Amino acid sequence: MTIDISQFFQVFYEETEEHLAAMESLLLALDIARPDAGQLNAIFRAAHSIKGSAGTFGFKDLAEVTHVLEHLLDRIRRGELLLREDMIDAFLAAGDLLKVLLAAHKGQGEAPVGAADAMCARLSALSAPQAPPEEEAYGFFEPQPEAPAGEEEAYGFFDEPPVSPGPPSPTAAVQPPAGEASIRVGVAKVDEMINLVGELVITQAMLVEAATGLDPVRHERLLDGLAQFERNTRNLQEAVMSIRMMPMATVFSRFPRVVRELSQKLGKRVELRTSGDDTELDKGLIERIVDPLTHLVRNSLDHGIESAAERRAAGKPEAGVITMKAFHQGGNVVIEVGDDGAGLSRPRILAKARERGLPADDRMTDAEVWQLIFEPGFSTAEKVTEISGRGVGMDVVKQNIGALGGRVEIQSAAGSGTCTVVRLPLTLAIIDGMSVAAGPETYVAPLGYVIESLQPEPEMVERRSGAGTLVLVREERLPMVALHEVFGVPDAVTAPEQAIVVVVESDGVRAALLVDAVGGQQPFVVKSLEANYRKVAGISGATIMGDGRVALILDVPALVRMACSALPAAA
Amino acid sequence: MAIDGLPGGNGASGSAREYLVFALGPDEYAIDILKVQEIRVYERPSALANAPAFVKGVVNLRGSIVPIVDLRIKFGAGAAEYTPFTVVVMLSVGRRLVGAVVDGVSDVVPLRAEDIVPAPEFAAGLGTRYIDGLAEAGERMLIVVDIEGLMLSAEMQLVDAAPRSGPDAALPAERTA
Amino acid sequence: MAKTILAIDDSASIRQMVAFTLKSSGYEIVEAVDGVDGLEKARSIAADLVLTDQNMPGMDGLALIRALRALPEYGAVPILMLTTESSDDMKQQGRAAGATGWLVKPFDPQKLIEVVRKVIG
Repeated sequence: MTIDISQFFQVFYEETEEHLAAMESLLLALDIARPDAGQLNAIFRAAHSIKGSAGTFGFKDLAEVTHVLEHLLDRIRRGELLLREDMIDAFLAAGDLLKVLLAAHKGQGEAPVGAADAMCARLSALSAPQAPPEEEAYGFFEPQPEAPAGEEEAYGFFDEPPVSPGPPSPTAAVQPPAGEASIRVGVAKVDEMINLVGELVITQAMLVEAATGLDPVRHERLLDGLAQFERNTRNLQEAVMSIRMMPMATVFSRFPRVVRELSQKLGKRVELRTSGDDTELDKGLIERIVDPLTHLVRNSLDHGIESAAERRAAGKPEAGVITMKAFHQGGNVVIEVGDDGAGLSRPRILAKARERGLPADDRMTDAEVWQLIFEPGFSTAEKVTEISGRGVGMDVVKQNIGALGGRVEIQSAAGSGTCTVVRLPLTLAIIDGMSVAAGPETYVAPLGYVIESLQPEPEMVERRSGAGTLVLVREERLPMVALHEVFGVPDAVTAPEQAIVVVVESDGVRAALLVDAVGGQQPFVVKSLEANYRKVAGISGATIMGDGRVALILDVPALVRMACSALPAAA
Repeated sequence: MAIDGLPGGNGASGSAREYLVFALGPDEYAIDILKVQEIRVYERPSALANAPAFVKGVVNLRGSIVPIVDLRIKFGAGAAEYTPFTVVVMLSVGRRLVGAVVDGVSDVVPLRAEDIVPAPEFAAGLGTRYIDGLAEAGERMLIVVDIEGLMLSAEMQLVDAAPRSGPDAALPAERTA
Repeated sequence: MAKTILAIDDSASIRQMVAFTLKSSGYEIVEAVDGVDGLEKARSIAADLVLTDQNMPGMDGLALIRALRALPEYGAVPILMLTTESSDDMKQQGRAAGATGWLVKPFDPQKLIEVVRKVIG
């Protein structure tokens, strides 16, 4: 019989990735002077496990590198070798290489030729003079009588193998209780569940709507049942959504490495502190928040934290501190990236903004001045550095966070540091929105963009021939875009004075959306319009209302851009 | 192992496949029943901006957002009125769902590959491009349509245009003075 | 009636491979993810053979073997140890703990079947 071992590869890949991630965070947490025996053991075990499985499944390069790595780690944990900084560097590099090799086996990219051998040599050099011993393949504790002489020892027995262990056990067929703390489930399955629960939520809303107006006395049992159904549905929805939730630790865990390498490169001493590692966030958001956060951390390291000399002069401890914090606030997850550096320089930002032709004014509040940093092409660094100057600016960070339905703001105090606050929705699958009507159509405006809604007085409306309409709200003239015009909806209210304007803000720009009426605020299950249709300008998705009808979700940033483009260049 | 149900088999007794027959104006069309998800009564869809007149909007089909096209408008057949008896054929084409408004659905007929004969050049109707051929069913002449090809074509404007829009993009050329 | 093998390994891929291989050879397999889990499962079933990894977090293979040998129902059940080292030192420890034999990782499925057949037929 032949067993096709490739069927176990997927599990091997996953568990090896987990071991590598664990190894990296353990390495970064090690105190080089006084390494913790438990941590050393755990690192050793990770290398050991990878080696065992890799060998079994025939991943020779992985097995070779981990074999040398394991041997070195073993000597360190036994106290035969003293842990050194260069060893940690080599271990981290080995971890990186193992990731590359693993990816290559998975068919992602190619393994550099000779890299495994080079890494083995680098690791062996660290453990010199003692090279790891060659190992026998197997053996018995005592020779098996029938084992042919000369065969390589791959297993062994201490005594004669028991001929028969006795009568067959009557309980053999009984399945033991499942003892595993977790199971692996494909994301597609979870998403299917989320979809189905979304359906249930809509059905439930439809039932509630259908039952409105029923005599509460005559239909008491039905209405009680509906109320119970609503609670159950909500609980089920929360429970299902929570499956997709992952702790921020999965994001934070990569930053010790980033900080360590960058601070070495910059010659700064920086300590990273994280809190709220177990704050949970939707998997989809977790994956997409890493890049913006990395940018913020790099920025803090490069521009925020001063050199040791400057810090000494300022009476600060030489080692700077970068703080990453995550917590829940309302329906949001807040992630803060802070540093105890020099803080932002108001005059410098204003000067730079003027130089760039951005609207800068000495009367601007600090918060407004800090927002200038998010303008395209803005950079306060005296020179473009290798670390944070690679053409990706804070404007991209802001855009990326905006695309996740989030917002970003900066708090800064001269001399004591800067903190960037990122606010994200808990999930992308459900948004808090407000329904708005235009003619017979209903749309949903995501609440994250909505500032307020009001019915404009006639004197607030300023029509400009050929240059659109402006609405004066709180002394600000906002460009107006009428939903019925954008979407070609018939029978809508066209006179602003008789309609409602919804003031929205995107990327710091405000605009007024003209609608017939606004409705209630509630969570909406987000559905894709593009699954069966093409992209529609001004629309970001769709949702299903309580009556079963479809409402389109407004792409507010796009609408704001449309409103602004109607204005003449010099507004 | 036996292999059954191979489409368009040229074997002696080519197995028959089921076709749904619907009417558009004076013509009767037959489409592969396997592409039909279900048949529903027309309900007013939510309108889509900047869509051609025959794309009526989107409806909720058990949680999916499905566009509705009125083939009567698209092909200038029949009066585009919406009554409680207007029907929508929900189609599963490619990996997409589309609803098609037609004048009426009559029945399901079995057709074998050899029943379908090449169609002569058509002047009207669904255009020859997506016509598989003609089939006789009793007294009637059915036009067999490749509904999937039609619905996914650029002409229907349901799918985001490919990187380069083909020559059949049905948008009238804009005239600027 | 199929013989039951308790397979203990903290590596999911190895566990899967061992289970699949032995199931294909007609054995019943009960899996455990570490020493503690292995001990618990050993108590709840009557295994005809125990196959344990040596290096595991928490209770390692040697500790598990010692614990099993202390149970009356596992006094005579064969226990094979899966290990990546085959040093004499390890063998001494295995023998002292009460293992019946050992099999060195990496091993291939055929080798595993061969060894298991030798022990329980």
